[in-house]
Amino acid sequence: MHLKVNGDVHDVDAPDHWTLLEVLRYRLGLTGSKQGCDKGDCGACTVLVDGEPMISCLILAREAEGREIVTIEGLWPLHLARGGEGPDPVQDAFDRYGALQCGFCQSGMILSARALLDRTPSPTDEEIARALSGNLCRCTGYTQILQAVQSIVARARGVEPPRRSWEAANVGRQAGER
Amino acid sequence: MLPDFSYVRPGTLDEAVSLLADGRSRVHGGGTDLLGCLRDRVFAAERLVSLRDLAGLRGIQETADGGLRIGALTAVAEIAEHETVRSRYRALAEAAASVASPQLRQQGTLGGNLCQKPRCWYYRGDFHCLRKGGDTCYAAAGENQYHCIFGGGPCFIVHPSDTAPALIVLGAAVQVVGPRGTRRVPLEEFYVLPEADVERETTLGRGEIVTAIDLPPAGPSLRSSYRKVRARGAWDFALVGMALALQLDGGVVRDARVAFSGVAPVPWRARDVESVLRGQRIDRAVVSRAMNAAVSKASPLPHNAYKVDLLRGLVEERLASIA
Repeated sequence: MHLKVNGDVHDVDAPDHWTLLEVLRYRLGLTGSKQGCDKGDCGACTVLVDGEPMISCLILAREAEGREIVTIEGLWPLHLARGGEGPDPVQDAFDRYGALQCGFCQSGMILSARALLDRTPSPTDEEIARALSGNLCRCTGYTQILQAVQSIVARARGVEPPRRSWEAANVGRQAGER
Repeated sequence: MLPDFSYVRPGTLDEAVSLLADGRSRVHGGGTDLLGCLRDRVFAAERLVSLRDLAGLRGIQETADGGLRIGALTAVAEIAEHETVRSRYRALAEAAASVASPQLRQQGTLGGNLCQKPRCWYYRGDFHCLRKGGDTCYAAAGENQYHCIFGGGPCFIVHPSDTAPALIVLGAAVQVVGPRGTRRVPLEEFYVLPEADVERETTLGRGEIVTAIDLPPAGPSLRSSYRKVRARGAWDFALVGMALALQLDGGVVRDARVAFSGVAPVPWRARDVESVLRGQRIDRAVVSRAMNAAVSKASPLPHNAYKVDLLRGLVEERLASIA
């Protein structure tokens, strides 16, 4: 079968019953998409299919033929190809906000956020939370993740971005009574 | 890893129907429920027949009579965001927006949402239960906190669809194409109680495919809503849910349709509640009678009596929002 992944067409030989996630990981070596629950609960295997976030463990690879697939590996190159500099702004924001602990959910989170911002450049906090509601973080690092996305929106709106968690803690200590 | 099967993607509906005639093939729409069932060995398939290339089964169109035709392969997300659905068929838009997660709403189709398999953990798990051709319902004497309070026996599943109760109160019908041609069924009559046939959820026969869902015209006096109560704020299935469609005439209920999710093996039409509401202004006394009517015939299992209270509260909340 032919699969278009991150802009390149791959000629892949895999059985009919393999999922897109299995082909990405075990045929194309793209292991950034994580195999978590393998049943659609956790969102760790989220990829973009024709620009929409989808669960690659519940898509047969054959069903993905003829569609544009973007994985976490493709995000930075895609950003550069569109004339951007450095990493994709979502990746950069996750980095600056420490929006990971173990990192297992991160590629799915970033891709869900990317799809949201492509469609809604200036989402509300509620829209951000809703767009990420299909991605579980078992370390429960949600605050930093939401703040990372909020910081991109703040920059676009020209307003003050959320204070990073460790900065807020420092401010609290200094302002406290001693 | 999924069990081994082959995959075909026919180019026409006729071809799809004939490929499904062997009884060993399964129809693949969005695949989100199908692949989970195959992976968990709930049932087997030698071949999957994908409908993906049948473009005619996708999309939302206004019909000549002023209604709406929704292709069975239309993504749940597209329905949730569709302008006409949101403005005229609000219960459906709200139900679609409450389904699963953002990703699964992009992948899952309306036809598939209506034809979902139940989520009972015995059925999905390693139990050869009644619904899988065995001779025991393990939920009856087991962990039944998420099972039904109406219409149960000999199996006690709840139907997992959110869109089905919404479509039922909106008067929808499904179009089904199969080896013997096309038939049209009111959605309410599409579902099968376990007492009639414990091994099926719908009247779909071998080789039959849901191709479209038809909504009748929505008059200006129609007000509809769907509210889902669940343990988690996202992803989860309904503990209880309520679809409501009212025709209001100067504050008086000219017609009412109510259907519940999460409480019965089929989307549960609440005719007793409807007759309480019909012809009335919704005041405190009417709300109270409707709450009692909603649960008067409930027969909870040992671990799910909380659903009775939840349902009463839900009816109160929804009607109070209109009063």
